[in-house]
Amino acid sequence: MNTTAIRSRGRSRGLSGATGDDATVTGPVRTDRARHERRLGLLLAAPSFLVMVAVTAYPLLYAVVLSLYRYRLTDPGGREFVGLRNYATVLSDPIWWGDVVTTTVITAVSVAVELVLGFAFAWVMYKVLRGRSLVRTGILIPYGIVTVVSAFVWRYAFQLDSGFINQWFGLGDFNWFGGRWSSLFVITLSEIWKTTPFISLLLLAGLVQVPHELLEAATVDGATARQRLQKVILPNMKAAIMVALLFRTLDAWRIFDNPFVMTGGANDTETLSFLAYRQNVSLVNLGAGSAVSVLLFLTVVLIAFVFIKGFRTNLGQMKGQR
Amino acid sequence: MTLRRRVARGWLALALGAAGLAACGGDDDGAPTLVWYTNPDNGGQATLARQCSDASGGAFRITTQVLPNEADAQREQLVRRLAAKDTSIDLMSLDPPFVAEFANAGYLRPITDAADVAAFTDGVLEAPLQTASWDGQLVAPPFWANTQLLWFRRSVAEAAGVDPTAEDVTWAELIDAAASEGKRFGVQGRRYEGYMVWINALVSSAGGAIVEDPGAGAEATPALDSPAGRAAAQVVADLARSSAAPADLTTAGEEEARSTFQGDQGAFMVNWPYVYAAAQASVASGAITQETFEDIGWARYPRVDARLESAPPLGGINLAIGSFTDHPDEALAALRCLLTVEAGTQYMLESGNPAARAAVYDDPAVREAFPMADLIRDSIAAAAPRPLTPYYGDVSQSVQRSWHPARDVDPLRTPADTASFMRQVLAGERLL
Repeated sequence: MNTTAIRSRGRSRGLSGATGDDATVTGPVRTDRARHERRLGLLLAAPSFLVMVAVTAYPLLYAVVLSLYRYRLTDPGGREFVGLRNYATVLSDPIWWGDVVTTTVITAVSVAVELVLGFAFAWVMYKVLRGRSLVRTGILIPYGIVTVVSAFVWRYAFQLDSGFINQWFGLGDFNWFGGRWSSLFVITLSEIWKTTPFISLLLLAGLVQVPHELLEAATVDGATARQRLQKVILPNMKAAIMVALLFRTLDAWRIFDNPFVMTGGANDTETLSFLAYRQNVSLVNLGAGSAVSVLLFLTVVLIAFVFIKGFRTNLGQMKGQR
Repeated sequence: MTLRRRVARGWLALALGAAGLAACGGDDDGAPTLVWYTNPDNGGQATLARQCSDASGGAFRITTQVLPNEADAQREQLVRRLAAKDTSIDLMSLDPPFVAEFANAGYLRPITDAADVAAFTDGVLEAPLQTASWDGQLVAPPFWANTQLLWFRRSVAEAAGVDPTAEDVTWAELIDAAASEGKRFGVQGRRYEGYMVWINALVSSAGGAIVEDPGAGAEATPALDSPAGRAAAQVVADLARSSAAPADLTTAGEEEARSTFQGDQGAFMVNWPYVYAAAQASVASGAITQETFEDIGWARYPRVDARLESAPPLGGINLAIGSFTDHPDEALAALRCLLTVEAGTQYMLESGNPAARAAVYDDPAVREAFPMADLIRDSIAAAAPRPLTPYYGDVSQSVQRSWHPARDVDPLRTPADTASFMRQVLAGERLL
C-alpha cells in the first residue's frame, strides 16, 4: 500500500465518523442531539455576540459616517459633507499605495519565514523528550514580551549610538534606519522574532493531532521521513496551518508598533494602520482618517474571506480526526 | 439563583468601583483642586505648583499631571481631552506652535482683564510674545522660552581657522570648516518636529517664511517656493552631502546630535541650551573629560546669508487655561502666581529652562549658572516662531515629509514641491 492510499483511507475513515456537528454544514442527517447542541451553542454564544455588536458595530458605523465628511476635530465649524470624495482622495494618493506596498512586504516576508521557522520550532517542541517544558518555555518567551518593548530593544540594538549589531558584524557607521529596505529588514526581523512562537504554538496543536496509527502505518509501509512529512503530517495539519496563517496574516497586516517605535514611519516604512493613526490621532483629520480606517477594515475582511474560503474545505477534510 | 446573585454582586462591585473613582476627583477640604497638565521636566513645575498652592492661602490647590515626552504626543493627548470637553484641564503647559490650533478650536480661555494682560506680557521678550495671542486676544502667555545656539569645539574651530563667534559666520563656512577637519556637524535631521525647527530657522534666517498668511488656516499660502526657501534647502543639501554630515543625520534628534558633538567626531552643533548642563553631567558621570567640556564654546545661531541676521529657533512653553474648566477664576489666580519674574527666575535655575522675561537674565544667580545668559536672551528676542496657524500639524508634517531624508533635498526642486504639496494637503486633496 502506498502513502496516498493511507491518506485516502484516513480521510474516508474521518468522513464516516462525522456526526454533522459542524453547524454550518447542512448535512442530510441531523440527529436530535445535534440540533440540541446547536441550540445550546448559539445560546452560549449569544451574550458575547451581543456585546461584540455593541462595542464594534457602533464605532464601525460611526467611522463610515465620518468618512463621508470633511471634518477636522480642531475645526468643528468647517465640517462639510463630501460624499465619497475622501475615498477618492485616499485611493488616488501615492502615500496610501506606498503604505500598501510596505504593509504587503512586511506581511508576506514575515508570515512566510514564520511559517517555516514556526514549524521547525513546533517539531522541536513535539519531539523533545528531556526538558520539554524548559524548551517550550524558552521558545515562547519572545511572545510574552510586549511588542513596544521588543521594538525598543531591537531599535537600540541596531541604532548607531547605542547599538551593538554594527560592532558585532563590523558594519562601521551603517545607519540601519536611514534607508527604506534596511529599516524594513529590522522591522520584519523583530516581527519574526516576536511572533514565531505564536505560530509554532498553533502548529504544535496541529502536530499532536496527526493520528499516530497513520504515521506508524506509513513507517511500516517503508515511507521515508520526507514522505511521511509530505504525505501524512502536512496534509493532516492543514487546518492548523490555515488557522495559523490566517491569524498571523491578519496580525501582520495591522502592524503598527515596530515602525512607530523604530522609524516613526520615515523612509517609506509607514504601514496602513500607522497611516490611519496619523490621520485620526495626530492630524485629527477625522474625515480622511475614517476613510483610511474603513478601507483598512475592508482589506482585513478581504483577507479573512479569502482564508476562510480555503479554510472551510480543509475543515471538512479534517472532520472527525481526533 | 446563585448565578443571579453572582451577577448582582458583579454589578455592585462595578458601581462601587465607579463611586470610588468619582471620589478621587472630589475635594476633601472645600478648596478646589486645579489640575495642571505639564510637559515633563525635572520637577520644577511641580515645585511651583506646590508653592503657588501654599501662597493661595487655601483658595486653591494645584496638582500636576505629566504629559508625554514628545511635543507631538503632548498635543495629541490635550487635543483628545479638550475635544471631549474635559473639565479636568484647568491649566496646561503648551508648546507655542500649537497655540493657534487650540485657540481657534475654542480650547483656550482668553485672558481679557487689562491688568492681567499687562502683568502676563510686560517685559516678555518679543518672539515668545508673538506666540501668546490669537485673534487679538491673549490666550497663552509665555511661561518660559527657548532658543537654539551654535555650539562649537574651540579646538576644531581654531584648527580650521574659523571664528564661530563672528557676527556674520554662515552655515556654508562652518560646514566647510568641519569637513576640512574631518569632523561632524550635529543637527536634528530625523523626520520629526525638531527637523521642522531647523528648516523654519533656516528659511527665516534667509529672510523668508514657510507660510505667507498663517492666520488664514486652510486657505494660507505656502511660501517656500522662494529664494529664501531655496537658500535653506541649499544649506540642508550641502550639509547632507558633505563629509561633515553625521552618519545618523537622517535619524538624529537632539540627543543623537549631542552624542555626536560630545564624541571624538564633534565639531559644531545647533541645539537648545540644555546641552550645556548635560555636558556638565557627562563630566560628572565620566562620559566626557573636563578638558572636552572646556573645549565647548557657544555662539549665536549661524547665518544663511552673511548679510542677514540669523533668526534662531524659538521653543519654550506657554501657559493656558482650559476652556472647559470648572474653576476659571482660581486658574487665573494660579497664573498670576506662576507667571511672575520670581517664578521665572526660580524655574530657570531649577530646571535649566530659559525664562521668557528679559529681567530674569539680570539676576546674578542666573548669570552665574548660565555663562551665556545674554546670548540666550538676545537669541530668544530675535528668534522666529514657527508659523502661527491652526493647521500647524499639516504645515509642519508636509515640510518634514518633503524634506526627509536630507540627502534627497534638491534646492531647485524641493521647496517648490513642498509648496504645491502643502497647498493640496491644506485643500484636503492629498493625504499627509
